Amino acid sequence: MHLDVRLPIGLLFCFIGIVLAAYGLLSDREIYRVSLGINVNLGWGIILLLFGALMFFFGWKKHPDPSGPAPTPDTRAH
Amino acid sequence: MNLTVIDGVIILAYLIFTVSVGALLKRYTRTSTDFFLAGRAIPAWVCGLAFISANLGAQEVVGMAASGAKYGIATSHFYWIGAIPAMVFVGLFMMPFYYGSRARSVPEYLRLRFDEKTRAVNAISFAIMTVFSSGISMYAMARLLQSLRVLDSAFGYFNVSAAYVFDVSVIASAVIVLVYVLLGGLISAIYNEVVQFFLIVAGFVPLVFLGLKNVGGWQGLVERLPGAYTHAWQGLGSSGSNPLGVEWFGLVMGLGFVLSFGYWCTDFLVVQRAMAADSMESARRTPLIASIPKMFFPFLVILPGLIAIALPTQLVRQPASSAAAAVTASSQSGRGIIPAKIDERTGQPELDADGHPVLDYDLAVPNMLLHYFPPGLLGLGLVALLASFMSGMAGNVTAFNTVWTYDIYQSYIRRNASDAHYLWMGRMATVFGIAFSIVTAYFAVHFNNIMDVLQLVFAFVNAPLFATFLLGMFWKRATGHGAFAGLVLGTTAAAIHQGSTLPAGSDSGLKGGWLGAVLHQYPSQMAQNFWTAIWAWSACFLVTIFVSLLTRPRNEKELVGLVYSLTERVKDRHLVWYKRPATLGVAVLLMAAVLNWVFW
Repeated sequence: MHLDVRLPIGLLFCFIGIVLAAYGLLSDREIYRVSLGINVNLGWGIILLLFGALMFFFGWKKHPDPSGPAPTPDTRAH
Repeated sequence: MNLTVIDGVIILAYLIFTVSVGALLKRYTRTSTDFFLAGRAIPAWVCGLAFISANLGAQEVVGMAASGAKYGIATSHFYWIGAIPAMVFVGLFMMPFYYGSRARSVPEYLRLRFDEKTRAVNAISFAIMTVFSSGISMYAMARLLQSLRVLDSAFGYFNVSAAYVFDVSVIASAVIVLVYVLLGGLISAIYNEVVQFFLIVAGFVPLVFLGLKNVGGWQGLVERLPGAYTHAWQGLGSSGSNPLGVEWFGLVMGLGFVLSFGYWCTDFLVVQRAMAADSMESARRTPLIASIPKMFFPFLVILPGLIAIALPTQLVRQPASSAAAAVTASSQSGRGIIPAKIDERTGQPELDADGHPVLDYDLAVPNMLLHYFPPGLLGLGLVALLASFMSGMAGNVTAFNTVWTYDIYQSYIRRNASDAHYLWMGRMATVFGIAFSIVTAYFAVHFNNIMDVLQLVFAFVNAPLFATFLLGMFWKRATGHGAFAGLVLGTTAAAIHQGSTLPAGSDSGLKGGWLGAVLHQYPSQMAQNFWTAIWAWSACFLVTIFVSLLTRPRNEKELVGLVYSLTERVKDRHLVWYKRPATLGVAVLLMAAVLNWVFW
């Protein structure tokens, strides 16, 4: 059984989302002059984090496990 | 504009991730079927996203925005007319033969249906073409990174001259694609393509959002641009009244039928993704699922071009040129945030025949990213660009290693080797395919003209292909001799047509007229291309029929599973009506019709 593609996608987007949002919180407002005054790092970072979390959740939850009806998280990831 | 640490972190995370996916998938790649066909075990939605992502190379992301800036929303014809109908057709009508015949590649289908020589023509031209395409993708990416100068300070930090940006970009992208394809084969390429699809969306959505907000939404954009820029169909009554220089018939037949069906229905690069699906239903749904995001892609890749041209002309933040004087000259004679092309010898803007500056439209997207994105998001924007280049490259490489191993090596060099041997050969083919691509990338630096000639030759070879497949799948009387003669004469017809016509404002040479006499002048190069395709297709279609009727037909028993009238229909009655491919196909066509109507 293949690795569910949603798991790596979820991880990558969670990582990028967290990095962007954290940078958005800490960065100087001056850098947002180019983006029409909007803190796009924070806003888009949160959206990407949510998307990543959803992807990861569905990849983890729906992954069928051939070994039994109540799979444990460890076996579901593969 | 230089990258900051935060941009570097995001780009590095993406690169590490890409290689790790390959490493994680290595254990699933044990046989040649795993390596070349992803074990035929991939769900439809994953195949569908890989299907468009493999096509979403450099040409798409950079080129479509460039075209949007040049021609306006009419560029969306390349999607709504030039892709969607063909994607629906391949899913509903052709996939049963590709998937059902158990052919392992498109050229192999040609051998099963016709004969060895027809397969050989297709396999060899396709293999050469994929290597060149991946090399050109590599070249374009390295050139872009070099001209944007975003890596200069990072190079300075390590005491490396910025002159090496091109070389490092070519080698680094080659090594990354090599590692993940080598490790996981097609599964790894497909998984990365799905990730790349989401990254491209993630990088471009905020760009379109900020750009549209800045110009006052779609309405604001309409007010800032000439009328022809925001209508897709108005003015297509004649070639003189629209920016494309094409009339509706040439557009619908040339682009919408011949070129579009020729690409989406016969190009193994995309068809391979559907052939990796876990079932016939999934394989048929693959192009249909792909067509849904595909039809909305104009909003992500063409709109930035329109916005770039609509913005007030100004000195861009980091124009892509080296000398300061040239920068000023370039941006002053540019339009919006698109600079003029600078003549490297004089440092002055290049002028066309009428004395207007020639704009460097390929910088539309990169300049938009630099214009709107702060540090952080800029890293993500660059990742989106890198992802598009790499998915295009990997798509070509995986298609190449399969066609090389199955259709050339196994057929003509070593016939009865073990599966392990072919798996090894596939890995070797990946290595030398990428090595050839690197050579191509450097070749492109020095011999731009030869690249143009090659692309022209490929266009001639590809133009008639769809006639061969159409007759092969839907006319049982078509024979191998007919198909072969049709392909050869179709290609010849394309060359003769292109060589005896010329687009307005061009001199005889690569753009046409090289046969001596110019029999017809087209209003634009696009019109000439579309009509070359129409001539090639028609010649192939007629010659295949004619020669087939003169030659001995094949035994019908041998054609079961390969030809429509002799093959049992795929049964999907067990599916609920809304899950049937036909329902999905009709829904997709309706949605595309609505989009055409809205942007009429």
